Amino acid sequence: MKPKIAAQSGTFESSDVIFLIEPLPDNSGRKLEISSTVMQQFGASFNRIVLEMLDSYEMTDIHLIAKDKGALEPTIKARLETAIKRSLEQQEGTLK
Amino acid sequence: MLNSLGREIPEYIEGIGKLEPFQGALAKLRKGWMDEPTIPAPNRAYLPHQSKLCKTLEEAIIRSNPHNGMTVSFHHHLRNGDILLVQTLNILHNMGIREITLASSSLNECHDPILPYLVDGTVTRIFSSGIRNQLGRAIALGVLETPVVIHSHGGRVRSIHTGKIKIDLAVIPASAADCEGNATGSHGKSAFGSIGYAVIDARYAKEVIVVTDNLVDYPCIPLSISQNFIDHVVVVDSIGDASKIATGTTRITKSPMDLRIAKLAADVIEHSGFFVPGFAFQVGAGGASLAVAKFIREKMRDKGIKGSFMLGGITSYCVDMLNDGLFETLFDVQSFDAVVSNSLLNNRRHIEIPAALYANPFNCGCITNKIDVVVLGALEIDVDFNVNVITGSEGYIRGASGGHSDTASGAKLTVVVCPSFRGRIPIIKKRVHTIVTPGETVHVLVTERGICVNPAFKELEENLRRAGLNIKDIHDLEIEVDTITGVPGPLEYTDKIVGVVEYRDGTIIDVIHQLKEK
Repeated sequence: MKPKIAAQSGTFESSDVIFLIEPLPDNSGRKLEISSTVMQQFGASFNRIVLEMLDSYEMTDIHLIAKDKGALEPTIKARLETAIKRSLEQQEGTLK
Repeated sequence: MLNSLGREIPEYIEGIGKLEPFQGALAKLRKGWMDEPTIPAPNRAYLPHQSKLCKTLEEAIIRSNPHNGMTVSFHHHLRNGDILLVQTLNILHNMGIREITLASSSLNECHDPILPYLVDGTVTRIFSSGIRNQLGRAIALGVLETPVVIHSHGGRVRSIHTGKIKIDLAVIPASAADCEGNATGSHGKSAFGSIGYAVIDARYAKEVIVVTDNLVDYPCIPLSISQNFIDHVVVVDSIGDASKIATGTTRITKSPMDLRIAKLAADVIEHSGFFVPGFAFQVGAGGASLAVAKFIREKMRDKGIKGSFMLGGITSYCVDMLNDGLFETLFDVQSFDAVVSNSLLNNRRHIEIPAALYANPFNCGCITNKIDVVVLGALEIDVDFNVNVITGSEGYIRGASGGHSDTASGAKLTVVVCPSFRGRIPIIKKRVHTIVTPGETVHVLVTERGICVNPAFKELEENLRRAGLNIKDIHDLEIEVDTITGVPGPLEYTDKIVGVVEYRDGTIIDVIHQLKEK
């Protein structure tokens, strides 16, 4: 799937992460910009989580920016899932 | 060679000399082993009514025999508002002086501008309690050939007595001074309170310059620094950025995590057996640490317990407790906010003390020896209760030894407070990156997730269990936290040593290796 609209979730607070998603033209693939205060210690696991989730939604033609300040795994997953669903206009109510 | 905590310590380092491995917190003191005082305070000849006033800092420095290889010292009472350290090094650099040993009692972010001098050989050696920010990063990455020496506040005094730190020139900023160099930090527009760390510099430096932005009529009282040690006096427009030196009052943290930890720590203290009338108490000025004072204050009121003295870095919160009659006396080696200066100046039960009286292990008794309960922070703590307060999780030097190991060794109850993890980095480790305070001097760790008692203190653990507190084995807590955060990947280091951490008795408790840049 490809994002319909630009979307974001999360905050810049410590122990949180912010994800920004915007659609790219057709056949652009994925463009990822990931930065993290704990890149040295947890960079590999962060990248893995992001790729797995993008794969599971079969996301393509997507520009994804992540700025992490040491979020735990469940936080990363929840924030990313929300950002993806928002970009796909699948979220409803207050989660929109 | 290995020290008693299993850390590999070289026998000799070029530029520092022979190293003595740490053998236990009280090993040297028990045996009465100490280095002889090898540096006598200098004699001076001053004629009656001879003027000490210099027009500029530069003129005073020229009159102080600047030379290559000299040691220049400073105090850090102006905290992040200090501007004179950078100015002094600019002047020395412009004069072409090289290979300076910088012996500031601590270094802060405001000293980042001297970084080029580490690169170009103006400054080649550093002694300090703390190093932070750009300097901490550059030093961790190996900018200096000779490792920096990290000392405690008490250890610095010892190093000056024994000539490990041999000060040629001390530059002492003061918020009030007179023409003879009597000086204090307790009044004036740039007031910073106690000037306790600089007293030893004034006594032992070959040349001493007092710099003030507030020249008062003779005599300047109180005589925190006295004229018989001062060579030159300089009046400048400003000794620093007042907004960063000391402001208002220190507020208790609002962070729910810190408050939770602080409340648990106060419960620990209450049930430890040491919360009795006449107890002596010290808390750090940081988040959870200071918040412990808030809960202890409530408990003291509820139970009608009055303490003896509070010690150390003094905040407005300590002043409030003094004024409430909860403690008899404040001993103040360093003041943290503007309200404190006023109290120090006007309340005779609020006493300014020099670093030697505060924490030097080798004299007839420092006040840290009289502490009953101290609450300290930590960047990391390991399952042997060793504490790191100097290197951060990213491997840079970003903290200060300060009075951490001094107070821990003196106190009957040393409580370390910290969250179990910060920004996904677990704080409880199998092995801390750098040991500053040995685990044998730490009694209990308090985190939001549980309380761990050092197994060497069985009675304390029984007292706390009886009170129904949530006691966990530190090994279990370490695993529990790792399960939440995941296990962080290791940082990579080279064999080069960039820092040597002295214990307060001068033995080497740990070394810091050069971080590999990624």
